[in-house]
Amino acid sequence: MSVIYILLAISIVVALVFFAAFIFSVKRGQYDDSYTPSVRMLFEDELVKKATEKQNDLKQNKPIELNN
Amino acid sequence: MENTNCYHCGTDCGRSPVEYDEKAFCCNGCKMVYEIFSENDLSYYYELQSAAGATPQEQEGKYDFLDAPAIIEKLLEFNDGNMQVVNLYIPHIHCSSCIWILENLNKLNTGIKGSQVDFPKKTVRITFNSEVISLKQLAIMMNRIGYEPQITLADFDEKPTNVDRSLIYKLGIAGFAFGNVMFLSFPEYFDLNTNQETGGEYWLNEYQDLFRWIMFFFSLPVVLYSGRDYFISAFKGIRSRMLNIDVPIALGILVLFLRSTVDIIFNWGPGFFDSLTGLVFFLLLGKFFQQKTYSFLSFERDYKSYFPIAVTRFTEEGKEEIAQIYEIKKGDRLLIRNEELIPADGVLMKGDGHIDYSFVTGEAEPVRKKSGEKVFAGGKQLHGAIEMEIVKPVSQSYLTQLWGNAVFNDEKSGRFQTLTDSIGRRFTIAVLSIATISTSIWLLIDPSLALNVFTAVLIIACPCAIALAAPFTLGNMLRIFGKKKFYLKNTQAIEQLAQIDTAIFDKTGTITTSAKSVANYEGLPLTEEEESLLKNTLRSSNHPLSRSLYDLLAEHDIEVLEDYEELTGKGIQASGSKGNIKIGSADFVGSPSAQNIENTSVHIRANDAYKGCFVFRNTYRKGVAHLFEEMGKELQLALLSGDNAGEKKRLQALLPATTPFYFNQKPEDKLHFIKKIQEKGKKVLMVGDGLNDAGALAQANIGIAISENINVFSPACDAILDATKFNELYSYIQASKKAMRIIKMSFVLSLMYNMVGLYFAVSGQLEPVIAAILMPLSSISIVAFTTVATNILGKKLK
Repeated sequence: MSVIYILLAISIVVALVFFAAFIFSVKRGQYDDSYTPSVRMLFEDELVKKATEKQNDLKQNKPIELNN
Repeated sequence: MENTNCYHCGTDCGRSPVEYDEKAFCCNGCKMVYEIFSENDLSYYYELQSAAGATPQEQEGKYDFLDAPAIIEKLLEFNDGNMQVVNLYIPHIHCSSCIWILENLNKLNTGIKGSQVDFPKKTVRITFNSEVISLKQLAIMMNRIGYEPQITLADFDEKPTNVDRSLIYKLGIAGFAFGNVMFLSFPEYFDLNTNQETGGEYWLNEYQDLFRWIMFFFSLPVVLYSGRDYFISAFKGIRSRMLNIDVPIALGILVLFLRSTVDIIFNWGPGFFDSLTGLVFFLLLGKFFQQKTYSFLSFERDYKSYFPIAVTRFTEEGKEEIAQIYEIKKGDRLLIRNEELIPADGVLMKGDGHIDYSFVTGEAEPVRKKSGEKVFAGGKQLHGAIEMEIVKPVSQSYLTQLWGNAVFNDEKSGRFQTLTDSIGRRFTIAVLSIATISTSIWLLIDPSLALNVFTAVLIIACPCAIALAAPFTLGNMLRIFGKKKFYLKNTQAIEQLAQIDTAIFDKTGTITTSAKSVANYEGLPLTEEEESLLKNTLRSSNHPLSRSLYDLLAEHDIEVLEDYEELTGKGIQASGSKGNIKIGSADFVGSPSAQNIENTSVHIRANDAYKGCFVFRNTYRKGVAHLFEEMGKELQLALLSGDNAGEKKRLQALLPATTPFYFNQKPEDKLHFIKKIQEKGKKVLMVGDGLNDAGALAQANIGIAISENINVFSPACDAILDATKFNELYSYIQASKKAMRIIKMSFVLSLMYNMVGLYFAVSGQLEPVIAAILMPLSSISIVAFTTVATNILGKKLK
């Protein structure tokens, strides 16, 4: 049953990895603005270059509602 | 013809829109922005959200101060020779289009390497190459596309401070430890009271110690770091002989930790590490929830947030130079351009002053000044450039002096004991006496269990649910009020609001609107033709009074004027096909009647005969009379105004007869007035709007600033109320009273949980599993109760 030492060690290491990731992300300021990224991700990528092609499906895009 | 709305900014284009590219624009400025965007493949801007733009403002000379290297150095966040980073505050940021365009600035200028918007704060951080584009050029470019950066004295003074993220760290650590300890406690939960002899799980018993010690190490950072604030606060409370709610909490945490540690050392049991970490986690969650901030609003603003960094000064040789605000001395001659702010008190030397003191007094109507007259800091010149000579430096001016008062250095929170804290005092005494009594009883029955009972009482009585009731109720109320456009600085403001018994109002800008004035016509009736000529003449004038009057008159056909002349400071004279007209001041027009100096009026002379005048009056906000009547039933009211008594009669007719009025109140008078009634033991609410109310707002128990546009202006205060919601003020006060009642009900509820827990504790049968169930259960049910109750309360609000 001493395998439990390995299992425990692994589980704690995994937990610590996520914990470190959390600290890192807070430190980098990812929690400072929790709103803008949610809007940013909805912008079409590099849409401008192909504006003429995409014009049609653009029209269907509803404006994004913001709660300010 | 139907009026169309501008494709760029959405305002009504009037009858003659600017057409371009088959789209209608309200003005050339908006058309220009559209041109810039469409030329640079940025027309997606208009697809995201229609009519999101703003009309660019005049910029001539506005950013000249950005030429000075010393100023640039202060504003930049990072400077590595060519590569510079600046964080600009842009009040116009309001929608997804704004984010998109500002993050695509690199398409407008190759010097811009990248830009990132912080939407809640309304800022954009731009990285740019100063060899290609200077900070000044950047500001001008932003201004040209309608995103005018606001650079004020406050930016200049403030060192970029590090954001305080410690609560997130603490919460993260507590949550992390809580989860892991729960996970490690599972064997104990399923294998209670068993050991090898009685046939328990072999391996669970084998590794029991290991599990327990890991739990111990997980809870160390929770006690030492996450729960640190509770110990500090409790210590401070005891030292100042005030038993706040943090005393029993700190005691609970400490006892939980010590007893659990002793338990595992002597192998008496698994300890309460799960309850300990859970407790801290829930408490911090409550703190986090309470911390709703409106980062786009600032409650701490003083005059610095509105004053420019630098002004144009004349050197002795008569040349213009850029001077920092703090360098201005008595005797300096300044050039104040159109739309610029007067930074210090002085005397107007040259030019025609039309000074808008709305920042200071709330009065939107500009004041006319002739050369030789005094002008005060905080006014905004509206009509052309003026020259002035400084009489007092910035810090000693009439307006800015106010900030020297001690009231601005005094944190309000220190003067106020929250409901939770006052409950906490009685609670601590009760818990300590229960613990001693039950321990002494157990000493007689079974001394070996006495210590066990003593710690169990302190653990179970730890007022987690009580400590959570206020943050969750008030935090939720804060969000509900925020949705109704009533923005409070913190949850304490709600508690303060619930306690007030006196309400003081400012007049101008607070109970009157600064928007469209109402004008009454007094004199001989105007014929159809005269009115048409009047309207057409006003059409060409940009004077604020002309604009207001123009909007008030009925529509007439557009007529081309034969002759038009605007004499600054006097009025307009014009002639059309059907006669001539003179509009303006009484002197200019030649009014036969005595002037009424207490009111603003526009006189009319048509076809060489005096006709009459339009008298502009303050318009009172909708529902003022009703609001005063309602509030007057329970609160003592008063009105403080910096103006003269010209409106006294109308106010008396409008407001309840018992309301006292005080006119000609200087900013400091207002502050002292409030101080005086506070000394009589009153809890005072101050409702104001301008910088001249700032002292009174700070002195009052709670200061509410009324704001027509929350993004643009508000003095330092505890709460900001959108002007459209002014008539709802009393229902908000009542809602905060109800919120306090909800907190009291949750106290009762959580006391009931404590009773149950205390039964187990006093009778000496508190098992870790009972604590582990009871503690989260009570916390969660309190949170659920307060959330549901406040939401019901919020539904009823308008």
